[in-house]
Amino acid sequence: MDILTFMQQMVNGISLGSMYALIAIGYTLVYGVLRLINFAHGDIMMVGAFTAYFAHASGVPFGLAVILAIFAAMVTGILTDKIAYKPLRDAPKISLLITAIGISFFLENLFNVLFGGVPRAFSAPDYMTKILHFKGMYIPVTVIIIPTVTLILLFIMLWILNKTKYGMAIRSLAFDIPTVKLMGINADFIIMLVFAMGSGLAAVGGIFYAVSYPSIDPLMGVIVGLKAFAAAVLGGIGSVTGAVIGGFILGFTEIVVVAFMPELGGYKDAFAFVFLILVLLFKPTGIMGQDLERSRF
Amino acid sequence: MLKVKNLEVYYGVIAAVRGIDFEVKEGEIISLIGSNGAGKTSTLQALLNSIKRKGEVVFGGYDTKNHKTHTLVQKGLALVPEGRRVFINLSVEENLRMGAFNNDENYEHLKDEMYKLFPRIGEKKSQMAGTLSGGEQQMLAIARALMSEPKLLMLDEPSLGLAPKIVGEVFETITRLRDEGITILLVEQNAYAALSISDRAYVLENGEIAISGDAKDLIGDDSIREKYLGG
Repeated sequence: MDILTFMQQMVNGISLGSMYALIAIGYTLVYGVLRLINFAHGDIMMVGAFTAYFAHASGVPFGLAVILAIFAAMVTGILTDKIAYKPLRDAPKISLLITAIGISFFLENLFNVLFGGVPRAFSAPDYMTKILHFKGMYIPVTVIIIPTVTLILLFIMLWILNKTKYGMAIRSLAFDIPTVKLMGINADFIIMLVFAMGSGLAAVGGIFYAVSYPSIDPLMGVIVGLKAFAAAVLGGIGSVTGAVIGGFILGFTEIVVVAFMPELGGYKDAFAFVFLILVLLFKPTGIMGQDLERSRF
Repeated sequence: MLKVKNLEVYYGVIAAVRGIDFEVKEGEIISLIGSNGAGKTSTLQALLNSIKRKGEVVFGGYDTKNHKTHTLVQKGLALVPEGRRVFINLSVEENLRMGAFNNDENYEHLKDEMYKLFPRIGEKKSQMAGTLSGGEQQMLAIARALMSEPKLLMLDEPSLGLAPKIVGEVFETITRLRDEGITILLVEQNAYAALSISDRAYVLENGEIAISGDAKDLIGDDSIREKYLGG
C-alpha cells in the first residue's frame, strides 16, 4: 500500500461519508422532534434523485434540476408529515413507525409503477464527472464537490439550529412540545420546517449518489437509507453533529474495508449493520447522543 | 378581561372541572385555590385550549373557542406552567428568546428589562437553564412568559417546591408585575400566600367553585382558615 493509494482511498471515503451524512441528518432531525425513525426518508432521497434525473433529461440545466429536486423532496417530506404522521401525533409511537414503513413501501411502489424498476443511467454534466489527474492520483471532481457542498450545508444547518429562533424552537421541541406551544409557537409549523430541511438535504445526498454511481432506480433509497440510519444511530440519534460524524465513520469504513481487504468487499453493505448492532449493544446513545428519553418531560 | 362561563373538562368519563364560572378584571390578581386534584391545572389548560373543554371562555371580548394554544398566546394570554418547564437544554438567554418568538422587535429591550427585574438570572444568561436552582428556574419561567408581553399572565403553582424565602420573592414579583399593569391569574395550593396578594379568589373543590369572594374576607373567614389555610 503506497501513500498515493492511501490518499486516494481517503478522498473516496470522505466523499461517500458526506453522502451518508447528508441523509443521516434528516433521520436525526425528525427523530429529535417526533421520536420517529422516518423509514420513508431514504425514499424521499429517491424522489429527489428522480426529479433531478427527469428535469435534467428534459433539458433543464443541471443546477436548476438540483433546485427542483430539493423542492420536490421537501414537498414530499412535508406532505408525508401532513397526511400520514400528523394525524398520529398523540398515537403510540409504534403506530407512527408502522406508518413510516407503509409510506416507504408506497413511494417505492408508486415510482416502480410510474417509471418501471429498470435502473436508469444518470447523466450529469461534464463538470460533475471530470476526473482530475493530480500527482499520480485520479480524483473525480465529485469527490471535491461532494464534501465541500456537504460542509457548507452542515454549517448552514448548525447555524440555523444554534443561532436562529427557529433552530431554538426545534431544539426545544425535542424536549417539551406542550411548553413550546405556550411560547405562542406553532409546533406543527416547526415540525414542517424539520421535514423540509431533512428532505432537502436528502435530495442533495440522493443526487450525489446518482452522480457517483451513476444510476437510479425506485429502490435506491432502501439500502442507502438504512445505512444512513445506521450512521445516525452510530453518531447519536438526535444530534446533527453526531449524524455527520457517524456518516463519515461509515463511509470511511466501507472504503477502507473494500480497498485493503478486497476479499471482504462483498460484505461491504453489512458493515453498517454490524456497527448498528454494536452501538445498540454497547452505547445505545451513540457517540454524541444524549439520553433523550430520560431528559424529555 | 377574562370571562369564563360553565367551563367543563372531562378526562374520558371523569370530570375534572364541572361547569365553573369566574371572571378576571383588568389590573386584578385573582387566585384559584384548592387542594390537589381540585381541577386548578385543568382549568388553566382548558383556558388555553391545551385540553378539550366545554363552555364559554371570552378573553378581551374575543371568543377563544376553536383557537389553538399558540394563537391564544399570541393574543396576549401567557401561562407559566406547573413545574416551571424551562427548556433545560437551552441557555437562559435562549429561553427568553423562545418567550419572545413572536415579538422580535421588542426582544432586545425586554431581555434587558428581565435581567433588571431578575438580576440573578441575568448573571447566568449563558448557562444552560437546567443548571439553575429551582427558584431561578421559576424566575426564568416567569420572565420567559413576560417576553410575549401578555395582557393576562397565568401562573400554575409558582411556589411549588421552593424554599419559603424564595416563595416570598416570587410573590413579591407577582405583586410588582400587577403594579406595572399586568393582570394576573394565580393558581395555588399555598392558599395563604396566594390570598395575601390577591384581590379576589375562587376556591375550587372537586371541580366546582365552593366559595368565592374578596381575598381579604376569605383570609379572615374561620371556616376557610380551618379547611384551606391549615387552621
